[in-house]
Amino acid sequence: MHGLVNRSFQLFVSDTFGREVWERSTQVAGISFVDFEGMLTYKETYTPRLIEGVSTILDRPAAEVLEDFGTFIVSHPKFEAVRRLLRFGGVDFVDFLHSLDDLDDRVRLALKNLNLPNAALHAAGENQFLLLCENTINGYCHVMIGVLRAMADDYGALVLLEHRGTQEDKEVVFITVVESNFAEGRHFSLGGGAYADAI
Amino acid sequence: MQMRSEALAILCPMHLLLDAQGYILQAGPTIAKVCQPEALVGKRFLDVFDLTRPRAIACFGDLQAAGAQKLHLKLRAAPHTALKGVLVHPSGDDSVIMINLSFGISIIDAVRDFELTNADFAATDLAIEMLYLVEAKTAAMSASYLLNMRLQGARIAAEEQAYTDTLTGLKNRRGLEVILSRLLKQNASFAVMQIDLDYFKAVNDTLGHAAGDFVLQTVAQNMVAETREQDVVARVGGDEFTVVLSEVNSEGVLRKIGQRIIERVEKPIDYQGHECRISASIGTVWIQPGEMPEISDILSDADVALYASKNAGRAMQTLYSPDLRKSSNLVGPQTERRQ
Repeated sequence: MHGLVNRSFQLFVSDTFGREVWERSTQVAGISFVDFEGMLTYKETYTPRLIEGVSTILDRPAAEVLEDFGTFIVSHPKFEAVRRLLRFGGVDFVDFLHSLDDLDDRVRLALKNLNLPNAALHAAGENQFLLLCENTINGYCHVMIGVLRAMADDYGALVLLEHRGTQEDKEVVFITVVESNFAEGRHFSLGGGAYADAI
Repeated sequence: MQMRSEALAILCPMHLLLDAQGYILQAGPTIAKVCQPEALVGKRFLDVFDLTRPRAIACFGDLQAAGAQKLHLKLRAAPHTALKGVLVHPSGDDSVIMINLSFGISIIDAVRDFELTNADFAATDLAIEMLYLVEAKTAAMSASYLLNMRLQGARIAAEEQAYTDTLTGLKNRRGLEVILSRLLKQNASFAVMQIDLDYFKAVNDTLGHAAGDFVLQTVAQNMVAETREQDVVARVGGDEFTVVLSEVNSEGVLRKIGQRIIERVEKPIDYQGHECRISASIGTVWIQPGEMPEISDILSDADVALYASKNAGRAMQTLYSPDLRKSSNLVGPQTERRQ
């Protein structure tokens, strides 16, 4: 797994629950070191073990932890670069939703070795969408829900998100855009790049 | 085929239509936004834009006559943004000229200078993708850079450790060799002092290794204190030290430093109420500029001088000369200094 995923997860856990929780989680996961580097590659098995470790230590379902993780990487100031890169996807939230089809390709353009599962958006009625995520990475869909929640907030849109289980190897998220311009949203300008120094 | 200006604005938001005299008839919304507060329509094209290529164009007539072509331009007003353009004659004659502009590589500055948004670019324009890539790559590069910095720091720390004697913090034999070979490469004049502690074994035997270690640490600190900042002190064996003195210009200086070291080492060291008394013998080699010995020669010569000091009754210092080697009973070939 790309170190960026583990590194981001580490920052999320130690920032939200404290360094000690992270250290204990790596122990529970049976990993002999504590700090991950964003620009190195690690064994595929580490990531699910780390997620399980954190879930055990916090006594919270993994799905819930992952959803918070998704929200964290979009809304935390240290990850401003992630928010900005996602905002390039569209001028409003619905536009952004449509850009999710290309998200894995876009990410690969930036980081050749970071292979995210493909996600495809399908219209499901007026202002309603189904996002079908390949389940090549366990729990990815829950991270996506957290990301979508934070991005809706960023765009100032009011949305409902619901995980609808798995259909034919794809995890399904049901999205209802209640109002596109519900709130002010956060400012975004194309030329305002403040690059992340955290990852 | 006539195209409505609304359609043209969507397809080419940075287009300009000019009449036969070079006056702007129509401007796309993005180029109009870029040139604000100046209103483009009615202005002469060459008054607003400075043509940098093709260079041979002196007036609008030249441009008109040259036919379809690529243009390089600059805004005459600040911030003098560079633009790329292409000129065509849409109706096949000279009555109307169309120029479509783009930012080219100046896109990064332009989006900031003119606060451009997605809506300012044609849907088919790759500008947004390019901005996305620049930002993504910059973020990835800076993360890589930080990783490299951390690895570099770790490497330096590891190297420092490998050249350092862990008991005293002085350079070890490897560290000493690095320093000597650097000085030899620089063709420098320097001196090497081989220092052997006298009576140290007695301290170790009577008071134990902890006392011995304490004495070695104290001696190490004292030697650093008694030498100059540009000098290097190394611990090369159990109770053997080597001092490298750079920029020595007289034998007097060498003798003075040697004497200071001996006197300092002879000061009793208190270890948990026990008085430890030791001394030091010194053998010194002075490398004159132009001499190009091997490291092993230098250390061997220093040893010869050191043994001369020991034989002379300890607490002495001896400066190496080839005569010493003849009179010493050390087995070893005479070293030959290459000139």
